[in-house]
Amino acid sequence: MDKTRYFLSLTLIFLLGLAARAQDTTAAHRPEMADAFRSNGKIFVVIAVLVTILLGLFLYVMRLDWKIRKLEQRSKK
Amino acid sequence: MLRQNWWKILSLVLLLYTFLAGFLGAVPALPILHETIRNLYFHVAMWFSMMIFFIVSVVSAVRYLRTMNPIFDLYSVEFAKSGIIFGLLGLSTGSIWARFTWGAFWSNDPKQLGAAIALLIYFAYLILRNAVTDTDKRARISAVYNIFAFAMLFPTIWIIPRLVDSLHPGGLGNPASFSEKDIDSRMRVVFWFGAVPGWALLGVWITSLRLRLDFLEQKNRSHG
Repeated sequence: MDKTRYFLSLTLIFLLGLAARAQDTTAAHRPEMADAFRSNGKIFVVIAVLVTILLGLFLYVMRLDWKIRKLEQRSKK
Repeated sequence: MLRQNWWKILSLVLLLYTFLAGFLGAVPALPILHETIRNLYFHVAMWFSMMIFFIVSVVSAVRYLRTMNPIFDLYSVEFAKSGIIFGLLGLSTGSIWARFTWGAFWSNDPKQLGAAIALLIYFAYLILRNAVTDTDKRARISAVYNIFAFAMLFPTIWIIPRLVDSLHPGGLGNPASFSEKDIDSRMRVVFWFGAVPGWALLGVWITSLRLRLDFLEQKNRSHG
């Protein structure tokens, strides 16, 4: 009984080691991507920042557009 | 067209789509590039926008030479200026990208050198313009030079980098530029329907504002 248990646990450890090694090689073959970063949700913070900047710059250019329009209307008179 | 608003809103919508799909959309997992492949929507879109502005600029230059209408000279110079700005942004963003993929900000890659030369030729266009004080003469000389500068884009950007070995896609050692090897259809949709028209329309908007200021200035000068 003790002998079979000893043998079984030894096999398990060996198999675990193999599995770990197998995972190691597949990880080495896959190029590293920011998958974990995106699944954590942190990339949304960056996107929110970028979209804010984009909207801010658009508002700025829009205001410039309005100012030029006002100048045009004034010079028409 | 210049004073209508729908295409300005379209530009914002397209760029929002580019930013959202550009970061959240799936991209192929490639060695060396990793997530930086998303730079396609930003760095490469700068060059495509630059090319669009230089095309508008040279068409305006030809139209000026045919009609001698000074409005086309203004179109030509303002679109050339926007093209130069977008080209400089393309050069600097490419340099940052290169630092983290090819290992150096500048590695004398034929496409880097070609793009730099092409931009220098366009710098000379602005210098030439400012060297002539007579407005008619300035418009005619710079229109002729604009055609030369545009023609020089072909060897410097389109031909030479493809003839020799280049780090950029599209060179001899790396013939796949827009093929399935580099990007897939998911990226192509965002690039062609989001990034290129979005950035180009933003550039056209800014150019149109500069043009309207030019028109106002001209009007003031002729009245005062």
